[in-house]
Amino acid sequence: MSLSVTLTINRVPRTVQLDDPRVTLLDLLRERLDLTGTKKGCDRGQCGACTILVDGRRVNACLALAISHDGADILTVEGLSDGERLHPVQAAFIAHDAFQCGFCTPGQIMSAVGLIGEGQAGDDPERVREGMSGNLCRCGAYRGITEAVIEAARAMAETAREEAA
Amino acid sequence: MNRFEYVRPRSVAEAVAAAAVPGSAYLAAGTNLLDLMKIGVARPARLVDLNHLPGLDGIEHLPDGGAQIGARMRNADLAYDPAFRRRFPAVAEALLSGASAQLRNAATVGGNLLQRTRCAYFQDTASACNKRRPGSGCDARGGENRLHAVLGWSESCIATHPSDFCVPLVALGAVVEIEGPAGRREVPLRDFHLLPGATPERESVLAPGELVVALRLPAEAAGFAAHARYVKLRERTSYAFAVVSAAACLRLEEGRIVASRLALGGVAAKPWRAEAAEAALAGATPDAASFRRAAEIALAEARPSGDNAFKIELARRIAVRALLLAAAGTPDRLPALPASPFASVPGGFHG
Repeated sequence: MSLSVTLTINRVPRTVQLDDPRVTLLDLLRERLDLTGTKKGCDRGQCGACTILVDGRRVNACLALAISHDGADILTVEGLSDGERLHPVQAAFIAHDAFQCGFCTPGQIMSAVGLIGEGQAGDDPERVREGMSGNLCRCGAYRGITEAVIEAARAMAETAREEAA
Repeated sequence: MNRFEYVRPRSVAEAVAAAAVPGSAYLAAGTNLLDLMKIGVARPARLVDLNHLPGLDGIEHLPDGGAQIGARMRNADLAYDPAFRRRFPAVAEALLSGASAQLRNAATVGGNLLQRTRCAYFQDTASACNKRRPGSGCDARGGENRLHAVLGWSESCIATHPSDFCVPLVALGAVVEIEGPAGRREVPLRDFHLLPGATPERESVLAPGELVVALRLPAEAAGFAAHARYVKLRERTSYAFAVVSAAACLRLEEGRIVASRLALGGVAAKPWRAEAAEAALAGATPDAASFRRAAEIALAEARPSGDNAFKIELARRIAVRALLLAAAGTPDRLPALPASPFASVPGGFHG
């Protein structure tokens, strides 16, 4: 079997030849495609810094083999904004000062986008904290992160209502 | 990580045939396997990728009230299936108390059954571990072992099985459906995992090449839906393995227990069904005294394997708490912190 993988990454189809089946989605993004927004923290699924959306679901890119995800649709933090217009989660993270050093932030933001899409947490702070527990922040910006996720969830729900009206 | 050959079968038959080659391992999400490969604990020569098989990724609600769950179904998809939550709420609560949202979105039902122990000595290739290298000894004995087993352990191995999901499953009599080189067979989950004895490297009854294809919950398991809970004590509020946990399911009629199910997690190399305790609850009133007696029976055989005598009393208390919460009734909506022992107990119980 040829080790070639075709992925849609941030809405662009990409085919990558792999010389080795050990390449994770995280390493493929960072080392082969220069998409370094997705961060490598623990590389063992414990910190959440590598969170991306695969087929619309948030997962740890460090624990996913690229070859196994042939055909998948990938969204990373680089694909989140609409040109210069930030995604509501990105805007809320800035508004609520939801980071300090910023290393965990792309993973936090992608995880928040996934959480809001799952529709299980709503604007309940306890459910948001529980839903974001797979993303660690060594600077301890959790309070701002929780506020940002809640505000983004409300803003996105409002936009959805307006669009439906 | 060692180099490996990558194989992508298109059917269960192809997968089973591919995995017959010695050194093969099945790859589902890989959330546990890839992690263990990165640290050199798992070194498969060949990965048989199950991610492109057709089917096995959904749930079928059977006409009799039971359910058949495909082994490739993701933990989150199962936990959020509305009919599954309604019929088997303790299983949904256990699933949502495990790992993180990212991991639950990837990890599969079959993989959950087969996840490896979190014993630090198993994960450290510089340590002696009879499970990882048979005959090398056990550095957990006399080591950091406060989280290790208190039931069913042996001199060879004191590791625990880390699954939350398996605890209510074993309580509810789940059955594992298996395909293998010799055909299809079924094994009750309670007989699926093996206690360590002198061969801790053997963790389940699966023969080489056998593949878990589905899990089945019998119709009678749904009969506990009104009184079914999972409670899990962790060293932090979320995203941690159980120190001890308990699944409790009751059927109540006219103020009496007519049927009960109790299982413990974090205490042994397998999810621990407490059938003697269940028998003792038959006909009893659903109160703290009955539940304490049942918990005493459930832990009667327990003994510390190291600095973990505290887990025995803790397991009794968590069992009592799970039974009290079950008696109070399954909540309409799962709590914000699934399986948390810090949620209030209706009736003001604080024990």
